[in-house]
Amino acid sequence: MPVMSYIQAITQALHEEMERDEKVFVLGEDVGVRGGVFRATEGLYEKFGETRVLDTPLAESAIAGVGIGSAMYGMRPVAEMQFADFIMPAVNQIISEAAKIRYRSNNDWSCPITIRAPYGGGVHGALYHSQSIESVFANQPGLKIVMPSTPYDVKGLLKASIRDEDPVLFLEHKRAYRLIKGEVPEEDYTVPIGKADVKREGTDITVITYGLCVHFALQAAEKLEAEGIDAHILDLRTVYPLDKEAIIEAASKTGKVLLITEDNLEGSIIGEVSAIISENCLFDLDAPIKRLAGPDVPSMPYAPPLEKEFMINPDKVEHAMRELAEF
Amino acid sequence: MVKVDKLNKVAEQRHGRLGLTDEQVLDMYRTMLLARRIDERMWLLNRAGKIPFVVSCQGQEAGQVGASFALDRQKDFALPYYRDVGVVLAFGMTAKDLMMQAYAKADDPNSGGRQMPGHFGQKKNRIVTGSSPVTTQVPHAVGIALGAKMEKKDFVSFVTFGEGSSNQGDFHEGANFAAVHKLPVIFMVENNQYAISVPLSKQVACEKISDRAIGYGMPGITVDGNDPLAVYEAVKDARKRGNNGEGPTLIEVISYRLTPHSSDDDDRSYRGREEVEEAKQKDGIYSFADYLRKLNILTEEIETKMEKEIKKIIDDATDDAENAAYADPKSIYKHVYAE
Ligand SMILES: Cc1ncc(C[n+]2csc(CCOP(=O)(O)OP(=O)(O)O)c2C)c(N)n1
Ligand SMILES: [Mg+2]
Repeated sequence: MPVMSYIQAITQALHEEMERDEKVFVLGEDVGVRGGVFRATEGLYEKFGETRVLDTPLAESAIAGVGIGSAMYGMRPVAEMQFADFIMPAVNQIISEAAKIRYRSNNDWSCPITIRAPYGGGVHGALYHSQSIESVFANQPGLKIVMPSTPYDVKGLLKASIRDEDPVLFLEHKRAYRLIKGEVPEEDYTVPIGKADVKREGTDITVITYGLCVHFALQAAEKLEAEGIDAHILDLRTVYPLDKEAIIEAASKTGKVLLITEDNLEGSIIGEVSAIISENCLFDLDAPIKRLAGPDVPSMPYAPPLEKEFMINPDKVEHAMRELAEF
Repeated sequence: MVKVDKLNKVAEQRHGRLGLTDEQVLDMYRTMLLARRIDERMWLLNRAGKIPFVVSCQGQEAGQVGASFALDRQKDFALPYYRDVGVVLAFGMTAKDLMMQAYAKADDPNSGGRQMPGHFGQKKNRIVTGSSPVTTQVPHAVGIALGAKMEKKDFVSFVTFGEGSSNQGDFHEGANFAAVHKLPVIFMVENNQYAISVPLSKQVACEKISDRAIGYGMPGITVDGNDPLAVYEAVKDARKRGNNGEGPTLIEVISYRLTPHSSDDDDRSYRGREEVEEAKQKDGIYSFADYLRKLNILTEEIETKMEKEIKKIIDDATDDAENAAYADPKSIYKHVYAE
């Protein structure tokens, strides 16, 4: 099986989906001739031409809104927000429109759009090129939020998102783009939206997380194994709506749960995960639920020591995991 | 000899010159009148405590219907805003559909009673579902037109909104996008002089809303919204441009909102009665009726019959809606996602 980077898996999924279905097209800032500022849409313009690889004006609400209109008409748009941080001008279109079109029309209309956006920190991007924005959208029924961690999941989930009948926010960790590599089958496959995935089987502690932090947890687990701590790691993959069953199962398995997000702590995805566990697993827990997240300051600063202070890293994860195991 | 005379007579008429038959203009008038009468009934029902809310088309029917008749109502997509009773009727929604919506009953085709009145949507008639935040429909119209371009289809998308709403970013973003990509969109601003209580002078500093088109490199035109034929002509031209790959057009239709903003508003607090009375004298429904009467297209006999038929349609629609069932409360869990 070929090994490829996280971003190559995105590009491959886009190529294959555009080949498979003529209705699939991409739109966004610099996605055409330039192939995207991160090169996620590389080669698409050359292969599919400017009508299906659309360089749009610099206007996020229009990128989302025009995509939404085309999806209602019957196309399969894949809209790119250049950085997740710049999705804010499009929030109205995503929340008031995309998320509610099926519901408000009593199933008469639908909006099968995929909105891709690179998020996440650790890239010296400072306040406005580092944010995790999922919690802004994570109480909007009608919307799905996918945040894969591995190239395999990226390809399968992006294909599933494009084929989904409803709007999907597909958030890609920008630090993972070139850092994370993995095996990706050449053939066509999808990974189901709404299903979490056990990335490591273990018996002592459970770590539930998503995105780049999955890798931090996996690294830490390798180290802790030598100390006799066996970690079970659940990758949420879809953060809205959550896979409750998988969360309950993973938490109950070890009775000690660490939840990790790179987002600011309060109001983040893991708060909801924690609530699910508290509601369902009281008698299975052997320790209080532990959370590791970014601090409640607006976003991560630019200067390296300041960014490091904010950002989750393998050491912080290892430390939290050990603490929990020792409880 | 007689035949030639008749043709000449038609040629002198404005609607004849625009290629409209006597039947078509009569149908236009009937649609305008139906919209007005439905709206009037809704106010009565609201004041009688039967329906919770009305947002009115009164004063804007002529522009709405004139525009709709210039479109291909078998092909084109309409993205109306909450006042567009004239548009949705012209596109195939019925009085009964509208009453079901007013009563929020399960058979409301717009949303099955989920949304407030005025939030139109009916896929079979290509009336695109809308929401409450104003102007969000503008980029959607652009996206639909993008679909037309990509799939090489010859329909256009027609989107309307108020003059106050033309201040929203979505108008500007959508207009610019459509112009850059030369998409077949008709942007129609229904300038009724007010955005709730705020007059035009406090909404924009430019002379005409249509001046905004200049900034996007598309034609902008202002027409009298009390004259359905003028609006018809403007939209017809815009449609042709759209179909020829020449891109979008911005049409400003000047009218006056004859009612308060909605059934929850009291307009006496912000505008004088004289102003409203003066506007009523220019009501497009009356002037168009006059035009048709002068040409003997609208005879007394036809008029009486038309009013009677419309009253019956509305009576029946009201009865049906009043007696219809609400959706099952348990249905609120449905259609969040595809099932
Ligand atoms: C984004 C947004 N802000 C505020 C409102 C509340 N609101 C509803 S209609 C309206 C005035 C709209 O005026 P205009 O665009 O001129 O349309 P008109 O009602 O006059 O036809 C306002 C402020 C809204 N619906 N959406
Ligand atoms: Mg207005």
